[in-house]
Amino acid sequence: MSARGKKLELVCPAGTPAAFRAAIDAGAHTVYCGFNDETNARNFPGLNFSTEELATSVAYAHKKGAHALVAINTFPRAGAVELWHKRVDDAAKVGADAVILADIGLLDYASKKHPNLRLHLSVQAAAANADAISFYARAFGVKRVVLPRVLTVQEIAAVNRDIEIETEVFIFGGLCVMAEGRCSLSSYATGKSPNMNGACSPASHVEYREEDDELVSRLGGFAIHRVGAKEAAPYPTLCKGCFEAGEYKGHVFEDPSSLDAGALIPQLAEAGVTALKIEGRQRSRSYTEAVVRNFRKAVDDYAAGRPVVGGALRDLTEGQTTTAGSYRKTWR
Amino acid sequence: MWNAKDIPLFPAVGAAMLRFAPLTPLSMAGAHLVKTLIRRHPSLFSRLGEQADKVFLIDPTDLPFAFRLQPHLEAPTLEAVRREDAGLWDARIGGPLAALLGLVHGVYDGDALFFSRDLVIEGDTEAVLALRNAIDNEEIDLASEIAALFGPFEHVAATPARKVSSAVGHFFGVALTRENENHA
Repeated sequence: MSARGKKLELVCPAGTPAAFRAAIDAGAHTVYCGFNDETNARNFPGLNFSTEELATSVAYAHKKGAHALVAINTFPRAGAVELWHKRVDDAAKVGADAVILADIGLLDYASKKHPNLRLHLSVQAAAANADAISFYARAFGVKRVVLPRVLTVQEIAAVNRDIEIETEVFIFGGLCVMAEGRCSLSSYATGKSPNMNGACSPASHVEYREEDDELVSRLGGFAIHRVGAKEAAPYPTLCKGCFEAGEYKGHVFEDPSSLDAGALIPQLAEAGVTALKIEGRQRSRSYTEAVVRNFRKAVDDYAAGRPVVGGALRDLTEGQTTTAGSYRKTWR
Repeated sequence: MWNAKDIPLFPAVGAAMLRFAPLTPLSMAGAHLVKTLIRRHPSLFSRLGEQADKVFLIDPTDLPFAFRLQPHLEAPTLEAVRREDAGLWDARIGGPLAALLGLVHGVYDGDALFFSRDLVIEGDTEAVLALRNAIDNEEIDLASEIAALFGPFEHVAATPARKVSSAVGHFFGVALTRENENHA
């Protein structure tokens, strides 16, 4: 059956209330955000929402006919689970349309304490096959899964044939090489990891310095990049660092390139995907506005049977280069 | 869609003339401006948190001077300084004046300017991120902030300030006011 004419839901990031409003005004169907603490995987200084700011933002979304999702997608620390429970309660209290969770214990808490609160399974849960996804649906009533960025379009179609809940896939933004929710690389250099503390390469451990016409990036005291004056600078993440391994010198794990699967919107719709997710809660409202407007046009064009044109956002991306990632597995 | 390569530089002739200009009037205006900003945008400080005590060197690389910013809640300062007199700072944010103003007005994305090397940051990265995120959330409009410097005559000054900022901004290709954003 053809998916032509299907209305795909655009799920957009917001790191601040201003970015939240910018996303809605630019055409987001749904905006996701997080609290200003370690309960979400974008725990950066000056970013995220207080409970009051979230309440105001949720109300703004609903007034404009949009939805608001709250990511509480890190893994609670042993002995400190109360903070994660409180954040689930706060999200329910302010009227969030769903919470995005990864931890089994937290899913259990939310499903029992707030049976009417819609649950989405975070990409951090790394549920990448039908059996795993169906378990979360049966056990906790999860309604949507955000698929890890390790599947091809064909694999996404296969998953959708065998599950009864919605799927959401990343369409644009930063890429991680590790299986989602399993990355501890940053903690080897900084003692902190995205899954536990909500920050990959925390800013408190990052240092940039201009040395002999090169920009040197250090993480936890380790030099991980040296880029020349005319080269694009990457984020200071270990997975995209330049290292020497034997006689090889370069990006050992992953190139600093960003996902742009805009051209694959028709194939993703045909594969049964419900929603397209844009990464970038750590970015500015300028990024949010530009990316959301671009992709809202793309999903509207697809729904109207017009050709989908992608690739206009390269200047906004890490490394100033883009890839379709594992959706087309030519890079393996 | 903006393109990093389109960021204009301050005219070299103007920059040469400013090399000999006294900085005291600029520092006085800066001090007044930052105090007004803090009064009008108290939530800047909840986002800055402990980073509000840091010293930032805001460095327009196409001008012959920079600005030392200390956004301390009790005693905020914004002082124009020659680079050789900049003293100690915790974090430096450098780039063309147009890029820095564009960041304030939400025209440019800070990460994208960093990727393209139009923006350089040095020192305390945590402080830089906190400042960038706090300013981005405030949706600051410098024309409105300048009008607010006139106190009870703000409403009189607002329209001319916006018109002059808009015209000058268009002429030089620089965002001197927050245009084209209209959130309900």
